[in-house]
Parts: sequence; structure tokens; C-alpha cells
Amino acid sequence: MDAVDVSKSRDLDKLLLRHGNLVDPGFSPGPDLRDDIREYVKILVVGAGGLGCELLKDLALSGFRNLDVIDMDRIEVTNLNRQFLFRLEDVGKPKAEVAAKRVMERVSGVEIVPHFSRIEDKEIEFYNDFNIIALGLDSIEARKYINGVACGFLEYNDDDTPKSQTIKPMVDGGTEGFKGHARVIMPGVTPCFECTIWLFPPQVKFPLCTLAETPRNAAHCIEYAHLIKWDEVHKGKSFDPDVPEHMQWVYDEAIRRAELFGIPGVTYSLTQGVVKNIIPAIASTNAIISSACALETLKIVSGCSKTLTNYLAYNGGEGLYTKVTDFPRVNDCLVCGPGILIELDTSVTLSKFIEMLEEHPKLLLSKASVIHGNGNLYMQAPPVLEEMLRGNLSKPLYDLMGRVQKDTIHVSGTSLLNEQKQSFSTKLRVLFKGADGVADMDTAIGA
Amino acid sequence: MIGLFKVKEKQREQAQNATRGGASVKKQSAGELRLHKDISELNLPSSCTISFPNGKDDLMNFEVSIKPDDGYYQNGTFVFTFQVSPVYPHEAPKVKCKTKVYHPNIDLEGNVCLNILREDWKPVLNINTVIYGLFHLFTEPNSEDPLNHDAAAVLRDNPKLFETNVRRAMTGGYVGQTFFPRCI
Ligand SMILES: [Zn+2]
Repeated sequence: MDAVDVSKSRDLDKLLLRHGNLVDPGFSPGPDLRDDIREYVKILVVGAGGLGCELLKDLALSGFRNLDVIDMDRIEVTNLNRQFLFRLEDVGKPKAEVAAKRVMERVSGVEIVPHFSRIEDKEIEFYNDFNIIALGLDSIEARKYINGVACGFLEYNDDDTPKSQTIKPMVDGGTEGFKGHARVIMPGVTPCFECTIWLFPPQVKFPLCTLAETPRNAAHCIEYAHLIKWDEVHKGKSFDPDVPEHMQWVYDEAIRRAELFGIPGVTYSLTQGVVKNIIPAIASTNAIISSACALETLKIVSGCSKTLTNYLAYNGGEGLYTKVTDFPRVNDCLVCGPGILIELDTSVTLSKFIEMLEEHPKLLLSKASVIHGNGNLYMQAPPVLEEMLRGNLSKPLYDLMGRVQKDTIHVSGTSLLNEQKQSFSTKLRVLFKGADGVADMDTAIGA
Repeated sequence: MIGLFKVKEKQREQAQNATRGGASVKKQSAGELRLHKDISELNLPSSCTISFPNGKDDLMNFEVSIKPDDGYYQNGTFVFTFQVSPVYPHEAPKVKCKTKVYHPNIDLEGNVCLNILREDWKPVLNINTVIYGLFHLFTEPNSEDPLNHDAAAVLRDNPKLFETNVRRAMTGGYVGQTFFPRCI
């Protein structure tokens, strides 16, 4: 069989075997590229729900051979209308496992490793193994977590440019009903999730007293049952939205409440929607957003075309509307920004370090509190914490940071920059002079 | 980026079983960093104290006790639990009153009706604002936003009786059918 002539995907070959006008400067078309994509590229798909199923299928059909998928959920009957990799007999099984198996059955040669696990339960290094992370999630919380992990791998050069080999690209998709978005996040280059957190409006929360006294619609009745009545009846037992009996109880109570106030419209699915903050998912929206994400992934990897810069909004509610926006980075973003480079001797104590921040021309930071991945190092207030942490002041910062040559640390306090007192917090890149970068565990523990 | 990925794969193979030079400790989330700043800048009235039951490294769960120095609730001690989510300040902290209290805006389960905890929360607000908001509930309980319907009605119609009821509850006793443990 001749690999160049016979390809599973003629259309893919058109992108990867021919030159073009809008390609990345490093693009080198040819069969080697196609083989390298199979051989060397490892992608993690986060989420195996509506979007995740689509993503997994799209990526497998786009010539990627090494895929992993992570999801903590099990298949429910209500998933079956759009999560097309699942069948009735799969109900109750882990989504990641069934999704991986189904795609492998249909797309020959693809290797998919499923992880039936919470994203927080994986070691950080697990995520570093992948070249690209594709997100098919429905929660801000999970996106923020993965964003933090991916940006955590990012390192900067001395001139504040990102080190290209430490950039962990993310492709993020999201849908809500007929609306959706696809975006490319290159930490250090394009805005990270945290830079543009305002894109997600805070969820509407009804005042508790309205729920208790003057409910006006079905959602008020449901939230009353969920937030107030549940605690009143189930002393100390917390509500779990994934337990059907709990949901049924809230629904029954909401109905009772609605009858009392003559309010129509409480249904079981509305109850689920309000309590879990779900907006009905539309299969076609998932398919469209996922295809955009898979294409961006292929573009990032191969350079066969310029990537999306950097956010695609899609609205298929009435007619069809799409718009691409080039959102700016927040340069002092605490998560993806470079922070300020500081070089220190390994002997500098925490209290000396805090003094140095006051003098530092880019900081002029007084009364600094300090936090590092290893823990809370120092706080100026409240007294109860200040007292607990005071002992750290006389210890060398090098020891407190786990005796590594370089790491990031966050400080906050009052800055006098621009001649005005202001509350200020920033990331610092601390580099220890003379440290060899290998942690000496014995002394670290002994310290 | 395929060229970069190939280089990385080679490095990865070589580096297998060798430890990494850089740090790969877990980093705090943006929410934890913001909370660290909020708490280090707390400026509480002397009648409020904060404590951290899980120690110095868990700031996401803490307790605030409020001891009002005037008004109906003078000299009572009221403890609130704060649960801060990783998406803070995108979401308000979850606050409950641990002390059973006879109060128009706090129900017997400890739910609190304070606008900035629900419909009026904005990410620019902080823990200090919330604690001052709670403090204010004790100096100015209001019958307009009732969570404890009976207490609100008494406050509105018969402030004298309300005062008596509050005293009785705080010193440990029954108001109507409900027993309130002593908190004074
Ligand atoms: Zn950022």
C-alpha cells in the first residue's frame, strides 16, 4: 500500500499535502507532515458530553491518532438525544470509557485512552504530557481549573517573552442552546480564560427573601424548594443534584409551592434546569462548535492555515450570526502574565524579601503578603493568621519555596506606583542565584 | 507547532525516569489568590473576629463572629460560616449563620437575606464588604426583606415586643414554639 496515494481522507490531504497562501511561516506540506501528526501529537479532550463526543469523533477523523479523554460522569438517559456515541444499554457506564470505545470501533488506527476521573484528581504532570488540550466543558469552574494548569506550565524568557516550548495551547468550545463559542488560547500569546473572565456573566441569583415571601414565577418556587425548604426538612443532609430522589423531592415541593401561590409552569425538566443551571443543549450547535475546535487544533499543529484570532462567537437562534473577535491579553494577568522578574540570593529571608519589595522600582510595595504554591507564606492581617505565619519571616525564601532554582510567587499589598497609594497584587518570577535547580530533599525536610 | 512537538517528544523520552529541574507544585487558583489578597487587607471593626478552623493554608473556609455593640442585638455573639468557591470573585461566598437567631432577615436554618450575597453581588466587592453587610443586619434589622416572617411582622407592628423577644432568644429561651440557645 502506498501511503502517499492512498489516504483515508482525501480532504485532509488537500490541507496537508499542498501549499497555500494563508499558511503559517513554518508550514511544510507533505506526507511526512501527515505521518508526524499521527506519530507525535497527543491531544487531551476534556469532557465526554455533548461537545466532547463530537470533539473526539472530529479529532479522530482529522488524522489525530493519539487521543485521551477525561470525564467524571456516567451516562444518563437524557444524554442520548445528542451524545450520539452512547446507546440505551450504556446508561450508567462512564462516559469517557464508552466514548473512547465507540470512536475506536469506527475509526481504525486511532488510540483513545479514557480517564474516568475528576480533572482535579489527576497529577499536574498528567496534563503536561499532551501537546494540545481541547475543552468540551459546560462549567466555568472546570475551565478555570484547566486554564490554571495549562498556564502553570508557561515560562518566560528574561525579556518577558514566553518560551515557546512551554506554551500549552488550549482550544475551548462552549454551547448554550443555539449559541456557542470556539476559541484558541495560547498562554502568553493570546488571552487566557482568566484575562477574559468577564465574557461569562455571573449567574442570576434571586434574593432569598423573594423566594421566601413573594415568589412570582416557577423558577422562584423551585429555588425555594431547593435552597430553603430542603435544609428545613433534611437537617444537615446536603442536597445532591445528581441523585434522582433529591431532584424529585425538590420538584414535588416546588409544585406544592406553586399551587399555593397560583403560579403555573413548574415541570421536572425546568426543575433540573434551574437547580443545575442547565440551558437545553442543541445537537447541531455542539456539532458546529466542535468542528470549529477540531479545525483550529489541526491548524495549530500543522500550520496549514492561520489560526483563529482568537474568539469565534456563534448564534444560530434566528438566522445565523458569527463573529470573530481578537480579544487583547491582560498583561498583568495573575495567571498567564509574565510577572516581574526578581533575582535573589538563596540566603535572603522572607522578611528581607518583603523589605526589598518596598524598594523595587516596579513595585514600591509596602505591607506585602506572600503566597506560593507550597502554601500561604505570610499575611499582614488578620492578626490570627499573621501570628501563625510570623515564624516564616526569619526563614530563607529559598527554603520556603521548596529549594528550586526558579518559581513563581504572588504578592499583594499597598503600592506607591504612580505616586498614589493603591491596593496591588502581582505575580513575581523568582530566580535564585547560585542554586543548581535540583531540590536537595534531605536538607529541605530538615530545614 | 509540529516541529516543536517532535522535539518535545524526544526530550520526553530522554527525560523519562529523570526528575524535572523546575517546580511542578500545584499553583493556587486565581480565586485563591484574590481571596488571599482580600483577607490580608481585612479591616474589621473590633466587634468582628475571623478564624480559620482548617489552619493557615485553607482560606476558602472560615468563620466570622460578630458581637454587636449597640442595637437590639447588643452583646450577643453570632457566628457565620463562609464557604468561598474556586470561581470567587465571579461568585459570591456562601454564607450561613451558625448561631440560631431570632432575626427578620435570617431564618432558623441560618439562611441570610443580604442583597450583596445574591442578586447584587459584583466581583469588585470583597470579603470586607460582606462582613460589614452582615454587621449592618444586626444594627439595622429590616422588616422589608423577611426570611423569618414572624420576626419581621413583630418588628414592623410592635418594636417593643420585638426587643423583648430578641432578649429572650439571646439569653436562651422560647419565642413562640422555637427554642433559641443562649448566645450572650
Ligand atoms: Zn490571562
